Amino acid sequence: MTEPLKNSEFGAALLNAGHQMPAGVIGPDGAPAPKRFNVYRNNVVVSLTEALAATYPTLQKLLGEEYFAALAREYIGKYPPKSPVLIWYGQELADFVESFPPLSTYPYLADVARFEWAWLQAYHAADQVALDPAALAEIAADALADIRFRAHAATHLLTSSWPIYDLLQANRFGACSPEDVDMKSAQSVLITRPDIEVVIKPLRSGGHEFFSALINGETLGLAAGVAMEKSSTFDLSANLSDALESGAFVEIL
Amino acid sequence: MGTLGAHYPAFARPLRAGVGLKLEHLPEILTQKDQVGFFEVHAENYMGAGGASHRALDVIRQAYPLSLHGVGLSIGGEGPLDEAHLSRLRDLNQRYEPFLFSDHLAWSTHDTSYFNDLLPVPYNKITLSRVCEHIDRVQEVVGRQMLLENPSTYVAFEQSTIGEIDFLKEIVRKTGCGLLLDVNNVHVSCTNQEWDAEAYLEAFPMQHVGEIHLGGHAPDVDDVGRPLLIDAHDREVDAAVWALFENVIARVGPIPTLVEWDNDIPAWDVLVSEAQAADSILDRAVRAQDLKQVG
Repeated sequence: MTEPLKNSEFGAALLNAGHQMPAGVIGPDGAPAPKRFNVYRNNVVVSLTEALAATYPTLQKLLGEEYFAALAREYIGKYPPKSPVLIWYGQELADFVESFPPLSTYPYLADVARFEWAWLQAYHAADQVALDPAALAEIAADALADIRFRAHAATHLLTSSWPIYDLLQANRFGACSPEDVDMKSAQSVLITRPDIEVVIKPLRSGGHEFFSALINGETLGLAAGVAMEKSSTFDLSANLSDALESGAFVEIL
Repeated sequence: MGTLGAHYPAFARPLRAGVGLKLEHLPEILTQKDQVGFFEVHAENYMGAGGASHRALDVIRQAYPLSLHGVGLSIGGEGPLDEAHLSRLRDLNQRYEPFLFSDHLAWSTHDTSYFNDLLPVPYNKITLSRVCEHIDRVQEVVGRQMLLENPSTYVAFEQSTIGEIDFLKEIVRKTGCGLLLDVNNVHVSCTNQEWDAEAYLEAFPMQHVGEIHLGGHAPDVDDVGRPLLIDAHDREVDAAVWALFENVIARVGPIPTLVEWDNDIPAWDVLVSEAQAADSILDRAVRAQDLKQVG
């Protein structure tokens, strides 16, 4: 028998256009068939590019289809999927974009990618019932500072030096015009999913520190303290109301 | 995982056409009932923890028989199967109680890299025993029979020493798995490999076929200008594939049949009309079977 063909050879040639087609891959006449082999090469890159585009539609829109495809090709070669579950593919794309020299003049793109990854995680997160906002009324006033919250499995926070919430509202959700985005503002955003729809909420001044502490299991008192230290205009009652109304938490501990 | 063992309705095996479930069709599916006999989903698309995709599948499974079709097991791979993936497949089977469970005679994972394509397997004694070991393991973990789908291929291998049909027959004999006969794949592979599709289907072990797939393919040409068909699932079923399907059904009787359309997804009505075309062929066979029983 001819030396068995190794999947590793076939696989390496799939991901690297520079690699030679493995020996023994033939057409119906028994002759080597590189164009036929290229069907597999093309399928791999095109289908994984589509998977990335499904996760990162805004990044694709901002870069244009052609540029996104070229970026995806580089990324796929470096980070092929580790699992057949493609909703989990592409986690490293934000860091990859950040360190991709040709995109260094568009520093906000990495945060756009981070947002889209977090949005997808929220979309597929476990179903949990969000905390009823009325639950807070049952806590005695002198005990409030000591309560802790358990975050919903879908809850994610993202803080950015860029107007990340507005960029997504304009370019992904069509809620405003891209011309209206003030690129000089910095925003933080909460992403969660109390029921079936993903909810995104821009955070107020000090909100990122406040939510971050609560998600990490710190007490309400400590979270408020951390936020006030960061922001002189921190509004506790407005932020607490955001925390309850957004569905970002499931339980008071 | 929430609703393990939800105990969905146990429907009769549908001798009708089904379609692949696409969430964009959900509004029409929910308002226009019973347009199709069953739905099929790609298992890997339902391996997230929760959210809209599971909510939709739960609603569908309440009202329709479901077929669970894996695209990522890599049964033809050199390495051992991914045990975490097998556990997820077992959980999905327990959760949604599909009437069919299938994957492909192909490989897609090597070491830790997943290529997201159904890559071809050389057919010889080494690969045969490996495929059989893998199918044994799948059926052991998932706890039920699986159907193995015949591949669409673009290349052949010098390393192959066994014909595709004999390879499939041996797998069935050794593992007790069933077969998913993809008639479009037969047409695609037979064109690409210069085999006779009618002869292929004559030789196919039909008594083990639990499901049929139909789908669209894209025409291309190879290195020296020979026709090369690509299994694209992006258009209507080709006339040549309908003809092969009609012959198979006339010969062996009705079998649950899926119309696959995964890329450039059409409007719901277009997909339904493809399913109806398959239904009219299946209905004729159902009536012929009924007549035979009466006679």
